[in-house]
Amino acid sequence: MSEPDEHSKKQGPLVYRQSVWTRLTHWTWAICLFFLLLSGLQIFNAHPALYVGQQSGFEFDNSVLRIGAVNTPEGPRGQTTVFGRTFDTTGVLGMSGTAEAPQYVGFPPAVTIPSFRDLATGRVVHFFFGWLLVAALFVWFLASFINGHLRRDILPRGADISGLPRDAMDHARFRFHHGRQYSPLQKISYFSVFFILFPLIVLTGLTMSPGMDAAFPWLLDLFGGRQTARTIHFGVMTLLVLFFVVHIIMVLLAGPLNELRSMVTGWYRTSPGTPPEAGDKP
Amino acid sequence: MSNIILNRRKLLIGSAALGSSLALTGCNQFDFLGERGNPVRQALEQANVLTYRAQRALIGNQVLAREYAASEIRQGMKPNGSTEPTTPEYMFLKAQNFAQYKLTIKGMVEREVSFSLDELRNMPARSQITRHDCVEGWSCIAKWTGTALGPVLDMAGVKPSARFCVYHCYDNIQRTLSGDILYYTSSDLVDAYHPQTILAYGLNDQVLPVSNGAPVRLRVERALGYKQPKYLHTIELVDDLTPFGRGKGGYWEDNGYDWYGGI
Repeated sequence: MSEPDEHSKKQGPLVYRQSVWTRLTHWTWAICLFFLLLSGLQIFNAHPALYVGQQSGFEFDNSVLRIGAVNTPEGPRGQTTVFGRTFDTTGVLGMSGTAEAPQYVGFPPAVTIPSFRDLATGRVVHFFFGWLLVAALFVWFLASFINGHLRRDILPRGADISGLPRDAMDHARFRFHHGRQYSPLQKISYFSVFFILFPLIVLTGLTMSPGMDAAFPWLLDLFGGRQTARTIHFGVMTLLVLFFVVHIIMVLLAGPLNELRSMVTGWYRTSPGTPPEAGDKP
Repeated sequence: MSNIILNRRKLLIGSAALGSSLALTGCNQFDFLGERGNPVRQALEQANVLTYRAQRALIGNQVLAREYAASEIRQGMKPNGSTEPTTPEYMFLKAQNFAQYKLTIKGMVEREVSFSLDELRNMPARSQITRHDCVEGWSCIAKWTGTALGPVLDMAGVKPSARFCVYHCYDNIQRTLSGDILYYTSSDLVDAYHPQTILAYGLNDQVLPVSNGAPVRLRVERALGYKQPKYLHTIELVDDLTPFGRGKGGYWEDNGYDWYGGI
C-alpha cells in the first residue's frame, strides 16, 4: 500500500477545476476574439484614423492615431502618427506587401478578414461574432454565479490582494504553484477581463451604433462621444491582444498539456503536496 | 489508460499546432466569406436580422437621435459617395437651379403626388443639428433643415399593405459597360415616419449644395450615412424589395452591406 504515497510525492491529485460552462464559453471566446480582431482591423482600415470627441475633425485636428501612405522623394512610405508623433511604419502599417505589389492599407492583408479590402464582409463577420461573444458572456455570468465559479475563483478577496506581491515574484521566477484554485494574479487578470475589458469593448461597440445612441444617449456621455468610444474600442482591443499573448506564454510556461487538458476535460493535475479532497482522482 | 492519455496528448498537440498555423499563415483562407452567395456568409448575415429586430424591439419608434448645440458645428459637412452626378436628367435640373425639380411619391399609395422644391419649402420646416455617422467609421456634425417625410407620405395616403419606402435617386454612383447604376436605398415605415426623418433642402443655414445631395436628400438620423440618400427624386411604397437592383434593397445593400444600417 506504499504505492499511492510514492505517487503523491511526485504529483498532487487530479482535481476537477473547470466546469463544462467555463470550458464551453472559454473556447467560444477564443474563436470569437480571433474573428472579431481580424474583422475589426478590416473595419478600421475603411477609415484608419482615431479621434477624441463626438465627430472626426476634417477641418480641425482631434485625431490621436492616423495610419496612411505618403509620397516621399524615395517613393511611397507607410506612416503612422500617434499623439502627434509620426513614425515610418513601411512594411507593416500604411504600406505593406512586396515591392512589385505594394498594398496601401492601414493594417496589412495578413491580419484582416477578408485579406482584401471588403468593409461589408468585415461587418458581417464582426457583428455575428459580436453577438456570439455577448451570448457566451451571458451564459458564463449566469452559470458562474450559480455554480460559484465567480465567487470562488474570479472575485479577488483580501488574501488575494495581500498575496499578490509574492505571487508576482513567483511568476517572475517562472515558479508556478498548481493549486486547487487560481493564483492571485490569475484572479485579478480574469477579473479585469470579465469586469472591465469585456464590458468596455461591448459598450463602446454599441456606442458606435446611431440606433443605440438614440435609445441610450448616456452612452455618448459616458465615453465622451462616438469617436472617443471608437478610440476606446480600439484601445481595449490592444489590451485584449496583450492579455492573449501573456495568457499563452503563461500556459506554455506552466505546462501546456496540463493546462490544455483542464480547459478541454476540466481535470487539472495539481502540484505535489496538494491535500486531496473527495471527488479527486489520483 | 496510457494509450488514452497518449491519444489525448496527440490530439491536444495537433489542435494547438493547427490553431497556431491558422493564426500565422494570414487569413486568406477566410476570403470565401467575401463571396456574396456563400452559404456560410449567408448564415453569418442572419446576425444582422437579429440586430434589426433587437434594435426595433429595444428602441421606441419615436425616440429621437441626439441633437447637438450650434457650437458643435465645427466644420463643413464632409461630402462622400456621389458628389457631382452626371446623368442628363440631373444636369438639366441643376442648370435651371432645380426650378423644374419634382419629388414624387408613388407605388402603394391612394394617390400619386408630386411636389416642387418651393412646395416642399413651404411645408412646416424642421431644423436639427445631428451627427452623421458613416459606415467607414467617421462622424460629422451639421445642421439640417427640411420638412418631415411622414406628413408628406400621408398626403399620398400610404396603403396598409405597404411595408417599405424605396428611395430613387439621380446620382450615377457606378458606371459600368452596361450603363450607369443609379443610387437607391430603402427603409421600413418606422424610419420613414420617424419625427427626425426629413426631406432636407438646407445645410448649415445655406441651400443644400450639390456635393451634399441638392436639391433634396433624406435624413434618417438613427441610421448610417448610406441609408440617407442624396439627389432624391422618387419615393416608392412597396411590400417587396426584391424587384429593385439586385434585390437587397439598395445600392450598397446589393454590394453586401446590411439593409438596416443602424449599427
